[in-house]
Amino acid sequence: MPFFQIDLANFTPLAGLLGGAVIGLSAGLLVLLAGRIAGIAGIIGGLFSAGTLFNDPKGDRNWRILFILGLLLAPAVWSLFAPLPALGMVTSPVGLIVAGLLVGIGTRYANGCTSGHGICGLSRLSLRSLAAVISFMAAGFITVYLIKHVL
Amino acid sequence: MKMNILGFATGLLFGLGLLLAGMANPAKVQGFLDLAGLWDPSLAFVMGGGIGVAIVFFTLAKRTPKTLLTHEDMKLPTSTVIDQRLIIGSALFGIGWGIGGICPGPALVLVGTGSPDGVLFAAAMLAGMLIFERLPKKA
Repeated sequence: MPFFQIDLANFTPLAGLLGGAVIGLSAGLLVLLAGRIAGIAGIIGGLFSAGTLFNDPKGDRNWRILFILGLLLAPAVWSLFAPLPALGMVTSPVGLIVAGLLVGIGTRYANGCTSGHGICGLSRLSLRSLAAVISFMAAGFITVYLIKHVL
Repeated sequence: MKMNILGFATGLLFGLGLLLAGMANPAKVQGFLDLAGLWDPSLAFVMGGGIGVAIVFFTLAKRTPKTLLTHEDMKLPTSTVIDQRLIIGSALFGIGWGIGGICPGPALVLVGTGSPDGVLFAAAMLAGMLIFERLPKKA
């Protein structure tokens, strides 16, 4: 199987750039205005650390919940202006459970995900985040290769 | 209060960006990770657009002693450690990302669309995060 045959029918460079810019703007505003990192795994996972969800020792809980609420409401706000884009699942329910567990544990162990290490970490020029990005990208490429072309 | 409004606004903006970028579509994400199939490079443009904008803000933040809205000391992450915990944790994340085509932000956006599959993935992800809190933290 040859590599790097471009899927022109699904290639959306402009929407990608613009959507990425909006994500970057969100992360940028959060850091410059409030010194917080828009790493989604960290924002969610931080709720479970050190009793934050119930006791809120650092007064750090409510903005996290509101950030999550904003993410949850994004599709509803989007659909006020345009129909939602197609969102196609690629695995079975069992696959989703395995994938979810791995994403949850892995991102917390690594202190970051696509947003925390990918967007924010690389924008800080952090070598630590670059190492994380190389690791999760490589694992993603290998996993999909195995699923789609070997198994 | 200001922090809560900012949290909501940036969360909403982030979610709209994910939808526009195609990141909330697992099939598109897997299309990017599938180098040996018909390859959709769009997500490289998402990273490019995201970093292109965010790098301006992060560069400013490094030179700004107090956060502009909350007037706290600017504290950016300081860790430079590259250890097993970082690499293996990221690899586990990458395997899960490859299987499902979903990372944490899009998981919540998918829940917001009312997708039962999205809810299932997000529930498993939250369970994974809770399991992490019970695991030994040393690398």
